Amino acid sequence: MKAYVPILIVFIFVLGFAVTNIVLSHLVGKRKNTRAKLIPYECGMDPVGSAHQRFSVKFYLVAMLFILFDIEAVFLLPWAVVFRDLIQKLSRPFVFLEMMVFVAVLLVGYIYVWKKGLFEWNRS
Amino acid sequence: MQSLFNSLDLQFVLGSLIKIAIFWIFIMLVVAYMVYAERRVLAVIQNRLGPNRVGWQGLLQPFADLIKFIFKEDLVPLAVNKALYMMAPVIVLVPAMMVLIVYPFGPEVPLPFGGVLSQLINDLTARVGLNWNVDLRTINLYITNFNVGLLYVFAMTSLGVYGIVIGGWASNSKYSLLGGLRSSAQMISYELAMSLSVVAVLIQIGTLDLNEIARGQGDWFGLRWNIFGGPTLAMLPSALIAFVIYLISAIAETNRVPFDLPEAETELVAGFHTEYSSLKFALFFMAEYVNMTTVSVLATTLFLGGWQGPFVEQFPWLGIVYFLAKVFFFLFLYIWLRGTLPRFRYDQLMNFGWKILLPVALFNIVLASVLGVLFL
Repeated sequence: MKAYVPILIVFIFVLGFAVTNIVLSHLVGKRKNTRAKLIPYECGMDPVGSAHQRFSVKFYLVAMLFILFDIEAVFLLPWAVVFRDLIQKLSRPFVFLEMMVFVAVLLVGYIYVWKKGLFEWNRS
Repeated sequence: MQSLFNSLDLQFVLGSLIKIAIFWIFIMLVVAYMVYAERRVLAVIQNRLGPNRVGWQGLLQPFADLIKFIFKEDLVPLAVNKALYMMAPVIVLVPAMMVLIVYPFGPEVPLPFGGVLSQLINDLTARVGLNWNVDLRTINLYITNFNVGLLYVFAMTSLGVYGIVIGGWASNSKYSLLGGLRSSAQMISYELAMSLSVVAVLIQIGTLDLNEIARGQGDWFGLRWNIFGGPTLAMLPSALIAFVIYLISAIAETNRVPFDLPEAETELVAGFHTEYSSLKFALFFMAEYVNMTTVSVLATTLFLGGWQGPFVEQFPWLGIVYFLAKVFFFLFLYIWLRGTLPRFRYDQLMNFGWKILLPVALFNIVLASVLGVLFL
């Protein structure tokens, strides 16, 4: 537990630094607000509509895929860490095949997603 | 919790504070002079001069820039969601800074005048009635170290994406929103390949403790780095592939050329920080450079032996030199790439990440485990 205390210290330190910076620029910088300056930037034109509109569903799909594959990575990490111990203790083909079954399942999912066309960014 | 408080003593906290302060100043200088170096090197690549007016060869340019940033107008556009808009730069910077403290940047080194210094401190504290027994003859060149260091690094580096999305959304500008979305999709896509590439090297390392990872690469005259296969040369192919995948996805993770889609000036103005000005913009900027340093340091520690190199055992302070040389090599690579390569198109970027990098990383895990089963 003791090793984590410096992280807490740095957290407080950096938070203080960042907040101080924002407050500082708020206090020191000159301010002269005009309406044209305060509207959202759209290359000099008046903005058309709100920016919070619907956007492509692809971004959601990528996020979901990320969660799926990242969980797989989370399962792979501990296996990789104990790999050298395992091949000493258990039989080598067993250690290998166990994980290959896992990777194969992952691969089937990956091929399915590819065939479904989730990686085609050009297609609408 | 109680045991934690009991184990804490003033000298531990003070020691960490001193280390953190030194480290802080150093990181700030690295970031400031990284920006300066980038401008100068880019200028050389593009056959112009670059900033050379403030101080000798423009060396005071970062400080001039800082002062300029402080006195710039702090613009808060009318349409923004104020709380989130203010929070976003903080959310980006804080995790970026928090990662860097877990890396070991040198072996255990003898401190010059360490014996005298600890004697002095012990005497002084004894006089005020405290009984400290500090021993500064040797110090460890890391701020903190724990057995899940690598996991902590991954957890913290992926937190930065929140700040970018929140900043892009809260700005309520179309460019910001698109930049933020693109950036998040890109970062999470390449993070997969990054963590999978690390799995392949972890098979040969067998620990998540960053200090042990660095220390384990000390054979062969300090050159038995993980990129050469670590414990056995037979692992060389998988280690090399892992290194290449890591390098590519690290560049994409930090949104740099050729993967700087979130800030593609020609289409998105400035991406997620279009509506930011003054020091809030500077915080985003700083976070980007800190992130570049972070992934460079991780590449150094994981693949290039961290602080290991010839003669480190005889002269431990050399470790810092090797470490910094390796990190600066990666940082120079970033600038070099920026001066050389054009930008990807967004669909090319996503295709590359999902259709090439991810399957290659998966295949590399299989390759590494085959080699591991046969030769480890």
